[in-house]
Amino acid sequence: MAANPFSLEGKTVLVTGASSGIGRSTAVACSNMGATVVVNGRNEHKLAETLALMAPGSHVVVAGDLTGDVAALVAQMPKLDGIVHCAGIGHSKLCKQIEADDIDLVMGVNFKAPVLLQAELLKQRKVNKGASIVFVASLGYDYPNVANGVYCASKGAIVAYANCLKLELAQRLIRVNVISPGMVWTDLIVHGGMTEESLREDEQNSYLFHQYNQPEDIAYLAVYLLSDATVRMTGTNVHIAAGAKRL
Amino acid sequence: MNLEEFVNGFAEQFDDTDPEEIQAGTVFHELEEWSSLTGMAVIAFVKTAMGKKIEGKELKACVTVEDVYNLVCSK
Ligand SMILES: NC(=O)c1ccc[n+]([C@@H]2O[C@H](COP(=O)([O-])OP(=O)(O)OC[C@H]3O[C@@H](n4cnc5c(N)ncnc54)[C@H](OP(=O)(O)O)[C@@H]3O)[C@@H](O)[C@H]2O)c1
Repeated sequence: MAANPFSLEGKTVLVTGASSGIGRSTAVACSNMGATVVVNGRNEHKLAETLALMAPGSHVVVAGDLTGDVAALVAQMPKLDGIVHCAGIGHSKLCKQIEADDIDLVMGVNFKAPVLLQAELLKQRKVNKGASIVFVASLGYDYPNVANGVYCASKGAIVAYANCLKLELAQRLIRVNVISPGMVWTDLIVHGGMTEESLREDEQNSYLFHQYNQPEDIAYLAVYLLSDATVRMTGTNVHIAAGAKRL
Repeated sequence: MNLEEFVNGFAEQFDDTDPEEIQAGTVFHELEEWSSLTGMAVIAFVKTAMGKKIEGKELKACVTVEDVYNLVCSK
């Protein structure tokens, strides 16, 4: 084991959703901890911004839509010691307004895409023995929220999937863990339809610490789960939510 | 699907074993990586790629990869 069990020195880690928010912070934190990072997102300009924030290294940009030709994206990737499935979209509609397209869109990005990416990574033998896989779900899988039916269901689906994946990969000592954040200050919530004012109010009233999480809080937890400090930790779902009483 | 294609597909069901190690005559139960999970992967591969259904018991009775191919062809 490395002298510092929390170091990511010598590891290659894929971070999806690395062009913004939690994924960007995770890519930066991983690079600071010594990892070589493969960053994915669709927006190449924003991926370049992420790269500029990262510690220098032989990082790899694999830009592209995860709902598209994922086999071609995976073919460009090196072998991995860690994967953070972070790409995702928010969605807000009352249950009576939900249409088939809403389900296809949200389940497509938040559930189908990470599941198919994971399958392709395994098929193309890109996942090293002893690797660590992290899914960024949401506390929403368990905490109900008005107008969030499809979004919360997509997160519940990925939690259930991760639970099965861990069984299939245990033989190769690959661990699978989930991070379920409460509200985090990113574009996802700021552009999610609620005013910043109402978010500030919610932060005050619904969180024991009277603040939402910052993207780096989630990133540090991801680093921990990717590091050798957690080699015998699999199948957990870690809640990180500044003491959220509700979402 | 001919035997060669089948052997390639069979080899793809492994995560660590070098595909070169898997030939028609390979005694697959003796491969270090062979497990019930790989068995399930092979059964699913046969179903998806060839539209045939084989049982775990039948797979267990096969010795070489070619035996599995012959089993599938007999279906
Ligand atoms: N913010 C919160 O309060 C919160 C709470 C709990 C869980 N989460 C979860 O945390 C994850 C990250 O969210 P965030 O808050 O950091 O949001 P964000 O700032 O909006 O970032 C979302 C990321 O997902 C990527 N993405 C979206 N669709 C994609 C697609 N089709 N293909 C490839 N990449 C795609 C985006 O990249 P491009 O636009 O460049 O493609 C972007 O990098 C999400 O799964 C979200 O559900 C967030």
